[in-house]
Amino acid sequence: AKEAVMAREHDPETSVHVFMMDMRAFSKGYEAYYQRAREQYGIQYTRCRISALREDPESHDLFVRYASGQWPGASGEKELTTDHSPLTTDSFDLVVLSVGMEISEPVRRLGRDLGVELDDYGFCHTALFQPLETSRPGIYAAGPFREPKDIPESVIDASGAAAAASALLAPSRGRLARFVEYPPERAITQEEPRLGVFVCHCGSNIAGFLDVPDVTAYASHLPGVVHADHLLYACSQDSTATIQRRIAEHNLNRVVVASCTPLTHAPLFQDVLRQAGLNEFLLTMANIRNQCSWVHSEDRQAATAKAKDLVRMAVARTVTLEPLTRQTVAVAEAALVIGGGPAGMTACLTLADQGYAVHLVEREPKLGGNLRHIHTLLPPSDGSPAPDPQRLLADLEGRVTAHPRITLHLEAEVEDVHGFVGNFTSRIRRTNQPDDSIGHSVLVVAVGAQEYRGPEYGYGTDARILTQQEFEARLSSTADGSRGPRRVVMIQCVGPAEQTCARTCCATALKNALRLKDLHPASEVVVLYRDMRTYGFKERLYTQARSRGVVFMRYDEDHKPHVDVSRQGPGVRVTAWDGASGETMAIDADLVVLSMPMVPSEGSRHLATTLKVPVDADGWFLEAHVKLRPVEFANSGIYLAGAAHYPKLLDESLAQAQAAASRAATILARPTLSSGGVVAMVNEAACVGCLTCVRVCPLGIPVVDAARVGIGGTMGTAYIEPTICQGCGTCVGECPAGAIELLHYRHHQVEQQVMSLFAEPAVGEAR
Amino acid sequence: MAERPLHIVAYCCHYCAYAAADLAGVLRLRYPAETRIVELPCTGRLDPLEVLHAFEHGADGVMVAGCLEGDCHFRAGNLNARRRVGRIQELLSRVGLEPGRIEMVNMSSAMGRQFADAAARITEQIRALGPSPLYPPIHATAAAPDGAPPS
Repeated sequence: AKEAVMAREHDPETSVHVFMMDMRAFSKGYEAYYQRAREQYGIQYTRCRISALREDPESHDLFVRYASGQWPGASGEKELTTDHSPLTTDSFDLVVLSVGMEISEPVRRLGRDLGVELDDYGFCHTALFQPLETSRPGIYAAGPFREPKDIPESVIDASGAAAAASALLAPSRGRLARFVEYPPERAITQEEPRLGVFVCHCGSNIAGFLDVPDVTAYASHLPGVVHADHLLYACSQDSTATIQRRIAEHNLNRVVVASCTPLTHAPLFQDVLRQAGLNEFLLTMANIRNQCSWVHSEDRQAATAKAKDLVRMAVARTVTLEPLTRQTVAVAEAALVIGGGPAGMTACLTLADQGYAVHLVEREPKLGGNLRHIHTLLPPSDGSPAPDPQRLLADLEGRVTAHPRITLHLEAEVEDVHGFVGNFTSRIRRTNQPDDSIGHSVLVVAVGAQEYRGPEYGYGTDARILTQQEFEARLSSTADGSRGPRRVVMIQCVGPAEQTCARTCCATALKNALRLKDLHPASEVVVLYRDMRTYGFKERLYTQARSRGVVFMRYDEDHKPHVDVSRQGPGVRVTAWDGASGETMAIDADLVVLSMPMVPSEGSRHLATTLKVPVDADGWFLEAHVKLRPVEFANSGIYLAGAAHYPKLLDESLAQAQAAASRAATILARPTLSSGGVVAMVNEAACVGCLTCVRVCPLGIPVVDAARVGIGGTMGTAYIEPTICQGCGTCVGECPAGAIELLHYRHHQVEQQVMSLFAEPAVGEAR
Repeated sequence: MAERPLHIVAYCCHYCAYAAADLAGVLRLRYPAETRIVELPCTGRLDPLEVLHAFEHGADGVMVAGCLEGDCHFRAGNLNARRRVGRIQELLSRVGLEPGRIEMVNMSSAMGRQFADAAARITEQIRALGPSPLYPPIHATAAAPDGAPPS
């Protein structure tokens, strides 16, 4: 879908036709993307295997022949031929094959050399309950090397594997670390600005396209500049040493580096300043490469003139820069985990095993969450028997309860959370006990999900209509030798799952279908589905189920099954349309099992409000970035794991819990946290207490402090906690009184930079 | 007496637009040399008063470039910016300046080509509008030594 959409974006005249069997858009947001691809971008999808692909030897067009299987009444009509299957041939300029992933030979060799077990295809299987550990202790596996997977899951695996390794290394943490010693920072606020400007050649990347010595000479005459020089590669070791020397020689108190982009190199030059005894915020970089020499390479004169402008603007800004302090906050040495299911317990144990104290808050009287309702697991693809989920539950519960560093709070809920990363205080409400107050530095949300119990397909009206969870419980308590149901019909994509794929229902349905066949081989199972989303190795389950006689009938959104319990006969009558034949069937079933989707846990939205974290349109907690930060919130210090993020299978929850613990540990591992620098500051004397900043801040950081006095004696002005302000400046742009400044981007700092642009160049300068 | 160059100020957010401009450089794309980028942490920082001052003192055009809507690094800073840009356009109309002298564009940090295209398009739009009537188009005098604009 992504490639198709991009093709259409590149050239809206391109038409794209996708041939597929099952659309496996099972991840968060993917189903919606697929629908947009179809509806908004007009990508055509045909569900079939193509039967021929030929190249025209003259035109080199590619001809694809296929049976479209379109039926009158379905969207996209075609005429029926006598054999009910219209055969079509279309021509294309380009055919793209979606071939999937395989393990390369060098990786297989690496696996062998490392002594880890790989399967026949070269993938590294891991145990279901330790999903990131290979067969060899001390070696961990992450990403597609375990099983083909997408970026978010790979990033999660990687963080989780780091946590698993950290647990082993915990006793040695910091033993080999070396710390940089910086000289004391020189106080410069009483000094006149003394700027040094360093213009970089960047080899020939800049010098090849504009006159670097000319720009340097120009810079030397700008107000505030006492030293200007040019360097071949400003970032090289000898150049940075030169910059440090010049800072000392000329008593510089601010620096401009005219070179590449601060996005890559600011940290390097900031470090140079610190090594020279200057506050790191006394630096500006003028981007005369990416935003000048590289894009105006055809006009040396224009590029040189622009570089001079950019340097002039940087100098004008730098003259106004002031040293900024970062706040140092002592980090409370404890974590709080909300939710005692498999994800919550795993996050607790992963943190506790690394040496941190953890509080686990669970609202039920017992630990376990949804794991209490799982009686069987998917059989592993290597043919070994599926492990027992209740054994995992007992193991996790036992370890959590016994762990010296874990404090368990059962029948308890988090009432509110105050503070900020490194220094949270949470109030816990407990049943029949007084409230408790817990200090912690990080928080992990692992509140899970629950099975939807809606009225669709007659659920709740008849004892023969069950959910998969109820069916699984029934299967687990089936006595040996008892007679099984003659026929079970399973219906996929129920209720909310019609819009948003809930990821786990296909695998769960097949798991239970195969379990039923194990217990009662004679029982018939019919699965009514829209797409079979058995992704990764689970595809083998689909093959297994079909070979054991499970019948699969595909329906679509225009032909949903109908369940009728009112008939006189012993069975429930299910009326189902079959996409392959176009026929509608009447199926009498002893049991109808509805694959209800997982939906957000009761109380999720309320908890989100309490924590001031976002949820998406479907109510799932919303991570900071779907691919790059899949286990944390944009709010610092709060992390996310398990089904609370999105429905997932057990091994995925365990991996994500380890990943969340890994990310949380990066805070816990530090004795202090430094934050701030570029933060917003309210000038109380100008504040009218209008609450605009309170309302507009994306993270809810400004508060009105009744003790602070504003303009005209107004009681109650805004206060912005510097340790949590993320420095976006939205409050600054919105404040009607102009009472808020963003440090490092103060009004006069931004304005000086802009105003200096309008100054004329030096006399004699032609454009 | 030379015609002065066009001054186009491009307020770019750190996370998307500034990065997209960098990417345009990495890709060696070309766009007119009039654009002068001013980096902001987020377009949410955009202050209408600062923008009006810029027009008052010499800006012929202003480009505001932020993240794609729905993808703002700080959640909704770009939505606030868009609203303020609309307000600035209104105010410009009222004082007799063309509202087309300021425009907001959205892009992701991967959209180097879109940055270059937007910079080129907006530069040509401003060129078509001509230098700002608020600021003398032709100068006879040199700059004051402190770099202040001639009064």
